[in-house]
Amino acid sequence: MMVDLSAIASAWPYLMKGLWFTLQITLVGVTGGIVFGSLLAVARLSQTRLLSALATSYVNLMRSIPLILVIFWVFFLVPWAIGWVTRSGRPVAVGASLTIFVTFVLFEAAYYAEIVRAGFRSISPGQYSACDALGLSKLHAYIYILFPQAIRNVLPILLTQTIVLFQDTSLVYVISATDLLGAATKIAQRDGRLVEMYLTVGVIYFVICFAASQFVKQLQGRLAYGAR
Amino acid sequence: MSLLFEPTPDGSGRYLDWIVSGLVWTLVLALGAWTIALIAGTLVGVARTLPKGILPKIGRLYVETFRNIPLLVQMFFWYFVLPELLPARIGMAIKQMDPPWGSFAPALICLGLFTAARIAEQVRAGLQALPQGQSQAAFALGFARSGMYRLILLPQAFRIILPTLTNEFMTIFKNTSVALTIGLIELTATAREINENTFRTFEAFGVVTIVYLVIALVAWQLMHRIERAVQLPDLASGKSRP
Repeated sequence: MMVDLSAIASAWPYLMKGLWFTLQITLVGVTGGIVFGSLLAVARLSQTRLLSALATSYVNLMRSIPLILVIFWVFFLVPWAIGWVTRSGRPVAVGASLTIFVTFVLFEAAYYAEIVRAGFRSISPGQYSACDALGLSKLHAYIYILFPQAIRNVLPILLTQTIVLFQDTSLVYVISATDLLGAATKIAQRDGRLVEMYLTVGVIYFVICFAASQFVKQLQGRLAYGAR
Repeated sequence: MSLLFEPTPDGSGRYLDWIVSGLVWTLVLALGAWTIALIAGTLVGVARTLPKGILPKIGRLYVETFRNIPLLVQMFFWYFVLPELLPARIGMAIKQMDPPWGSFAPALICLGLFTAARIAEQVRAGLQALPQGQSQAAFALGFARSGMYRLILLPQAFRIILPTLTNEFMTIFKNTSVALTIGLIELTATAREINENTFRTFEAFGVVTIVYLVIALVAWQLMHRIERAVQLPDLASGKSRP
């Protein structure tokens, strides 16, 4: 079977629109995931038993079930939850994008939490004692002293997780969203061009992820050098 | 949870039977793919640590390709694209395979080779973590390269990477859910089907979520036991002898 390049060319603008949505999910997932994940990490290290138990259960639960299942959960739960909050008594229809953004923040936060927690544990205990000795409040100690060091120590792992997140966004296919893979699927089915579309999409994902992982590798070398 | 004991619309039994069938497909797919991944991953990992020749380059190409393309895209490649690229007669034969084998076979190959790339990186890291003296001593004792890897290096490397392998083993059960996109009715697909038949979302997804939690717990326990069973007194502390 011959590969038809003109089919790819005519589909290109639509694919780029899909890629743009993929990047949006990634961006929301990373920012929301790191913020919520850091809060979870701090909660896990908290002295309050209940708080740390809650955060631990949340992280373990999210890490034990597949992302697709979480997408389905949120897809069915969010309309119901909004209906409950607004007291309208029945589920309220919401767009697929909102569902997807919520899913990725909730899911990826569990993974980011584990990474940030490893970062906190890599800081020498002296830093914690020094914060106490200087009379810094818990909040200030975390914001100005602990968090910046923790993030720096785990930066390469955080970025690698972000590449995984970028690849995971393709799973929004299961609720028929139009991300990069979704766009390709729609054109593939309309024009009967499965081979061209899926190969093209594979190459696009590969180029982006390969470039990003090479960048992380370089950064890792530079950070290791700077630490010496 | 009364849902589980209600009869299914096709009259073939109860919803519990659907869940069990979904669970079986998830387990069979995960364990089958894990076997492929361990074998292929070890071979590629070893290839990447060889001193020279074309094998390390092929190993790198394999790992980069399979790690930088999303699992779902790879799933579509094996299911939709490969039969078109093969000679027409073979392609047709693949497409006409009876369900569920028509989706199980591509899913098995896909998940196996995908996970192999990740295991290969761990095997390589394990091999590189061993002190040089190990391979030098093996050479001095007259081991051939194959014997050196089989008897000296790999047994030690695998003990080092067991904790990260545990992680990978737990991940493969979750990744089987991607096979629902090519029509395999595994656990997550079962939950969706029950939901579509009954509209009892909480129960359908709740039961399956619990099943996944149990799988994760059992998988972790299993690997933990293996880890303890194969532990060597000298390596247990993570240090090697000088």
